[in-house]
Amino acid sequence: MATRRSGSSEWSQWVAGGVLAQANQVDDWIAIEPDGNVTVFSGKVELGTGVKTALAQIVAEELDVPFDRINTVMGDTALTPDEGYTAGSTTIQFGGFALRQASAEARQALLELASDRLDAAIEELIVHDGVISVSHHPDRTINYAELLGGKKFQRRITLTAPLKRPAEYRIVGQLIPRVDLPRKISGAASFVHDVRLTGMLHARVVRPPGPGAKLISLDEASVSDVRVVHLGNFVGVVAEREERAVRAAQQLKVTWRATTHWPQQANLYSYIRNQPTTDNVIVEEGKVDAAFKRAATRRTATYAQPFQAHASIGPSCAVADVQADRAVIWSNSQGVYPLRGALAELLKMSPEQVQVIHAEGAGSYGHNGSDDAAADAAILSQVVGKPVRVQWSRQDEFAWEPYAPAMVMEVSGGLDRQGQVIAWQYDVWTPSHVGRPRGKSQLLAGQLIYGQRSSRPQWFGGGDRNAPTNYDFPHQRVTAHWLADSLLRTSSMRTLGGAANTFANESFMDELAAATQIDPLEFRLRHLTDPRAIEVVRAAAQRSEWGTPLPAGEGRGLAFAQYENEVAYVATVAHVHVEPLSGAIRVLRIVTAHDCGLIINPDGLRNQIEGNVLQSLSRALYEEVTFDESHITSIDWDSYPILKFSDVPDVDVVLINHPDQPAVGAGEPATITTAPAIANAIFHASGARVRQIPFTPQRVKAALG
Amino acid sequence: MTSQFTLTVNGQPYSVDVAPDTPLLYVLRNDLGLNGAQFGCGSERCGACTVLLGAKAIKSCKVLVSEATLGSITTLEGLGTAAELHPVQRAFLAEQAAQCGYCTNGLIMTTAAFLWKNPHPTDQQIREALNGNLCRCGTQLRILRAVKRAAELLAAEGV
Repeated sequence: MATRRSGSSEWSQWVAGGVLAQANQVDDWIAIEPDGNVTVFSGKVELGTGVKTALAQIVAEELDVPFDRINTVMGDTALTPDEGYTAGSTTIQFGGFALRQASAEARQALLELASDRLDAAIEELIVHDGVISVSHHPDRTINYAELLGGKKFQRRITLTAPLKRPAEYRIVGQLIPRVDLPRKISGAASFVHDVRLTGMLHARVVRPPGPGAKLISLDEASVSDVRVVHLGNFVGVVAEREERAVRAAQQLKVTWRATTHWPQQANLYSYIRNQPTTDNVIVEEGKVDAAFKRAATRRTATYAQPFQAHASIGPSCAVADVQADRAVIWSNSQGVYPLRGALAELLKMSPEQVQVIHAEGAGSYGHNGSDDAAADAAILSQVVGKPVRVQWSRQDEFAWEPYAPAMVMEVSGGLDRQGQVIAWQYDVWTPSHVGRPRGKSQLLAGQLIYGQRSSRPQWFGGGDRNAPTNYDFPHQRVTAHWLADSLLRTSSMRTLGGAANTFANESFMDELAAATQIDPLEFRLRHLTDPRAIEVVRAAAQRSEWGTPLPAGEGRGLAFAQYENEVAYVATVAHVHVEPLSGAIRVLRIVTAHDCGLIINPDGLRNQIEGNVLQSLSRALYEEVTFDESHITSIDWDSYPILKFSDVPDVDVVLINHPDQPAVGAGEPATITTAPAIANAIFHASGARVRQIPFTPQRVKAALG
Repeated sequence: MTSQFTLTVNGQPYSVDVAPDTPLLYVLRNDLGLNGAQFGCGSERCGACTVLLGAKAIKSCKVLVSEATLGSITTLEGLGTAAELHPVQRAFLAEQAAQCGYCTNGLIMTTAAFLWKNPHPTDQQIREALNGNLCRCGTQLRILRAVKRAAELLAAEGV
């Protein structure tokens, strides 16, 4: 395992250290209000995953204040630190690390002030719920608000303030209900969709039929009661009333000329394999070619991952108020500071003149249309000189969001006579999974106004996530073949390449186990040495009653991975039924064992894991973006179906808590093992090996032969 | 082009002057300033916009304002107040049955209408009743538990 990064704790410190170098004052993160309430400023944002609650738990714990005294401000370029993107399951790991350090520093500062005021050594002081008292002198007390008297801390974060030991935790690790849910279940304004400004107009963008289409003609007289905005290929309609904007966007007579000629969808994977690539050997250990030559058994298989959509349940929305010298934009962006830079460029303003405020949206699971909607609202507000709200149509959301990239994975393995893997070769063909807005040309509005997107990716990233396994293979080579561009516009979606790579790796491990006739659980354990990996695999197997007999047509499949090869450990057992005549799959039960180190909030964690399991099950069974020569054809919930309530299996989550280990993210890891566990269960149930996602009845039937 | 329509929403009468083919959703959100019902698809496929018309759950993205004058409309805001939540809302809170919460309105309103008709449903009936509502975050298991809990609360309280 030559490629691993440094330990998670050091890594957290290194990443958060970059943020803390910029926002290096306690006051950047924490304010004690005169009434004793605590305001927390986090540059991370709530994306529906519960981090607002979990981060407040971390502060309440380390600062020693009651949880319900904390108010958290998240993602506002005028108020919060720049913590980059809320992505990659790193909010607790990095954002939590920074807030923990700031809170410990604040507590230390308050202890020093109290030591002075109470005339006692710090060692004699006791802190409880924001009140400091002198040991054995219960009358000598002072609270945080009195100590600060409304002033700021004016203290640098040193990273040396004493931190609590996990054994002392009273708030971290507790099941605390989500702070945002009472508003959401009672209809209080909660989302960017609910932002209403005085004089606000409603707008819709009139999209071309497909990417690259050129505007030929536009008949403004075809609509009334709306303002038509036309900048290059960007066409928008702005109206007093939302339904007028919706109707006008449908009625406006626009002629486009298609310029795109995509290959047939049936040839997508050969197209990907035949693109010019930049190759990057990620792992090279031992003597791979020689090991393959002396292997007793050799196998090769190819797997395919289609384009998939984030498919947020609420189409992207934004509100913008752009004036001559100042702009405020509300967006469900994952990164308010990077978006601010891109919007400033689009609006021809300086970043200091632009404020981006995060407002929650529907779950995005990565980089969806939120940033693009912000650009739409901003440019339209600038043109009409009034606040503008834009919400995309369902069809535009499906047709124009940046997708998770399609990928091809080929794996070869060589086994010795005892069934041990002695040679392993892995190749993945993928575009970059990074397409976030770093300038106007990455925003749809910028592309439409100023010409086509640049095809150059920002950097090759994400497609190699979990391309290496965590198994001990003596001779192995893992290579990423980076495509210069993606056929369809793509960006980051939950786990990036982690899901597709783990689908390939763990399906292939099963194929090798079948070739050796060794039980798939035993086969994996023979190639693992990390005790936490073994523990999580055994936990999933035990809870799923691995190895016990099943009725005909049913099967169990196992998959294991360590997310990003170095953070959370996850093992999944799927239990499925295969209908032999139709090839239809019914997933009966999913067991997922999960070890992300120290657990901050067990119920929030379970909710995240369950969500990952069900969403990844949906992606494995149903989801594929479809297209013809120049159009996206999966544009609604009929043509892009997702999991329905009637098809939800039992999900059993096994939490493994390691309070002595750093808390690492849980927003993604349980996604990556679901598809291979289901594929392996289909094989166990029926002998059919499916190597292409999604596992439609047609594909299963074809694999049944 | 516009006409006057009188609606009863959450027990209050409202008069709006809009085009007859305006979807009820936009009147609720933009004229009445309500937040519960959300736009999801505009084609009755996801349920995010669900409200009650009388005791029936309807998709307000498709029902026109001119069709909504006949009965009393209840939105999420009218189901229970923040101080006194409806048992279905309490059940969703108790089960923490949401992630992003965008679909939550539709699920609570659909559940309220469903349990009113069928106070003692089987698991299978609950799943079928919710099949017109989509959840993308994968919170379905908690939602199913919340519906069962809501049925128990309603039975216990004789609502």
